[in-house]
Amino acid sequence: MTDNKSLLKLRKITKVFSKGTIDEVRALDKINLDVNAEDYIAIIGSNGAGKTTLLNIIAGVFPPENGGKIIVNGKEISGLSEYRRAHYVGRVNQDPHIGTAAKMSIEENMAMALLRGQRRGLRVASNKQRRELFRAALSPLGLGLENRLNALVGTLSGGQRQALALVMATLSKPTLLLLDEHVATLDPRTAQIVLDLTEMLVQREKMTTIMVTHNMEVALRHGNRLIMMHKGRIVVDMNQAQKADLTINDLIVAFERASGEEFVDDKVLLHNGNVVGISDL
Amino acid sequence: MLDVAGHILSFSFYEGLVFGFVAIGVYLTFRVLGFPDLTVDGSFALGGAVTAVLITNGVNPFLATLAALGVGLCAGLATSLLNTKLRIPALLAGILVMVALYSINLRVMGGANVGLLREVTIFSLTSKFLGLETRIAYQLMVAGVLAVIVFFILNWFLRTEIGLALRATGDNEQMVRGFGVDTDKTTILGVAISNGLVALGGAVVAQGQKFADVGMGIGMIVMGLAAVIIGEALFRPKGVARLLLAVLGGTFIYRLVISVALRLGMAPGDLKLITAVLVIIALAVPYLQKKVQREWLPPATRW
Repeated sequence: MTDNKSLLKLRKITKVFSKGTIDEVRALDKINLDVNAEDYIAIIGSNGAGKTTLLNIIAGVFPPENGGKIIVNGKEISGLSEYRRAHYVGRVNQDPHIGTAAKMSIEENMAMALLRGQRRGLRVASNKQRRELFRAALSPLGLGLENRLNALVGTLSGGQRQALALVMATLSKPTLLLLDEHVATLDPRTAQIVLDLTEMLVQREKMTTIMVTHNMEVALRHGNRLIMMHKGRIVVDMNQAQKADLTINDLIVAFERASGEEFVDDKVLLHNGNVVGISDL
Repeated sequence: MLDVAGHILSFSFYEGLVFGFVAIGVYLTFRVLGFPDLTVDGSFALGGAVTAVLITNGVNPFLATLAALGVGLCAGLATSLLNTKLRIPALLAGILVMVALYSINLRVMGGANVGLLREVTIFSLTSKFLGLETRIAYQLMVAGVLAVIVFFILNWFLRTEIGLALRATGDNEQMVRGFGVDTDKTTILGVAISNGLVALGGAVVAQGQKFADVGMGIGMIVMGLAAVIIGEALFRPKGVARLLLAVLGGTFIYRLVISVALRLGMAPGDLKLITAVLVIIALAVPYLQKKVQREWLPPATRW
């Protein structure tokens, strides 16, 4: 890990949607962010804070406004389109359907994932050696997927698909792992399994990770850094030591102080005097 | 009587193979890529036209057939470039190229048709070379060898790294881009290969019937769809190899039904109407079934 050279640098990232119309939204407002190698960042914030837009900008789904810079390992990638950034960025979305191909088998999905960002040629995509690799990557899930390589992904449950999507996103070890509320649509038990799996993969592969979540407890428990966004800006940025003894109530106070507003989030509800994330209910 | 049945069967088998190229092409675009490509009617006639003109100019018929494959690839290239680079909707892009090809085919042939009655074709060459006298025997021979070659190449290609990316593009384009594949390129490749196969079918059919005609492609897209639907419904295939075989099987059964119907006195002119009705029924039945069972259904797609 280098101290003066971060793995990912964002400089003056602004994104405006529906520019010049009455619906104009400034989703990101001059964001500067330095992500160090092996950082595991949890991002929280109310709806419309710009969390997903930030991940989309990093992944290259759309470019930032002029003047914004995205630098990975000292190389500017702001102008690269999404498929050219695949080498750097692995991603899991909220919707399990986005990360996996339903009409193809588990093996074929894994074979797609294995060649992330590499040149694809006329070799047969899957062979014995690669199948062994796929099995080894799937068996830690404990879902038995390693014995069902020929099953169509469309026949798996949402939780199984999301676990598979996570394994696929990390299979070829991208520089950066982006998780966009990747357990939000799962039932609590499955969500916990996928979260534990995330923790294991991130620790084992020492993967630099940015995780967007609506669940404050998850944000406190996971990761070595916590970022809070509000109206397109980063309003709180805490390191491991700062967030270590924090409670959810501290977090709300910190947010109110930083944003100067009452905490409003339709996905975070007050329950028995404690604020809990919706997936705990 | 048995003779007639045998003849109909073997002739349908031959037609199942040669029109099978068209059906596999349609399968590649409609089912694998999710790209409703209507270029087919034009590229089928283009393949026939180019081959016929080359043969009448003394070119080796095998080379002329290969050339048809090449111009078919170009037709598919045109359609897919219109779609991916100029963002013209796939259906419209296909129709535009199909219409343009009508004029091009007239120019290529210098008229509405070209006869091959006394010309050397892949069929006459083979019959001379192998000493096969019966027409159906050498026709089956040539079509069979070509189909086996196409089957093995496609069965291999669709399982390669590029082939996998192509199939995944039709399944989940967003995921495929996320893994670093330029989905414009896979789309272009898929539509080009599809039209190459269709034109190859046109080239073989033209040599089999001993003429190429500007109207020979009309209804090919509907026939291809009918064959794909029959193949999928009857064989419920899983895996690349079985899918390809199912499409060939579907084409065979479609041609068989048509041959029998013609024997029983159906007017040849009614053929396309009946095919269209067949496809409409096949597409409508799953929807109506769900409607009867009161399942939720999304609104009709228009593009």
